[in-house]
Amino acid sequence: MSLNAYLTLAALVFAIGLFGVLTRRNAIGILLGIELMLNAVNINLVAFARFHGDLRGLVFTLFTIAITVAEVAVGLAIVIVIFRVRRTVEADRLDLLRG
Amino acid sequence: MTLEMVGFWMVAAVLVASSLAVVLTPNLFHAVLYLAAALVATGLVFLLLDSPFLFAVQLLLYAVGVMTVVVFAIMLTERLVGERIVQTSRSLLNGAVVAGAVFVGVVGFLIRAPRSVLRPTLDADAIPAIGRALVGPFAVTLELLGLLLVVALLGALYFARTDE
Repeated sequence: MSLNAYLTLAALVFAIGLFGVLTRRNAIGILLGIELMLNAVNINLVAFARFHGDLRGLVFTLFTIAITVAEVAVGLAIVIVIFRVRRTVEADRLDLLRG
Repeated sequence: MTLEMVGFWMVAAVLVASSLAVVLTPNLFHAVLYLAAALVATGLVFLLLDSPFLFAVQLLLYAVGVMTVVVFAIMLTERLVGERIVQTSRSLLNGAVVAGAVFVGVVGFLIRAPRSVLRPTLDADAIPAIGRALVGPFAVTLELLGLLLVVALLGALYFARTDE
């Protein structure tokens, strides 16, 4: 398969994740969409690394995976603390910062 | 049709279908299970790109680690039985328009890009080279990443603790 096939697949997954982020009401659902988008980025990195014979893309993918895991841990902790305070994780009802 | 093409189309179909299920299914818990399928399919894409090490990392960190954390978060915030688990979506049309525009924009760039490069043959096993790069040119980055993980986990612990 050509490089473009992998990049198109990654773009499709990224667009699906973006759709999820835009349309989900539940904060955890929004986080799942962000996960999909980050995954698409990883596919891009690995595909470029393979087709250009460059190892640095693989190393960078390792870093992005680790950072994503940290992001999920912090994000879900925030969701849990929001639920404890407001008794809801509906993003539409979390408007404390609205002026 | 080579074996790699067959594998690519099968994995791509599974990845796209499970990704769509993640953003469309009304049941939040099912969405997490579909996300696990999408993450495993992404790992298979890595395998198709001759990166078995990243496949293993993807399975261990994402498909197992992230899944466990997300399932715990759902159990702590929603009642698994009952109607609370059902989530609704809003402004489906607007979201579809924006996501479709982003996809068309990226594919437009891909079409106009110069003819894709040929896949170079794999001369050696990449895993020892990755290991040497991690403790060689990327050693400082690796240490910073360890620091970031510690800080992130301490922060998550601080957020989620109870008051007493």
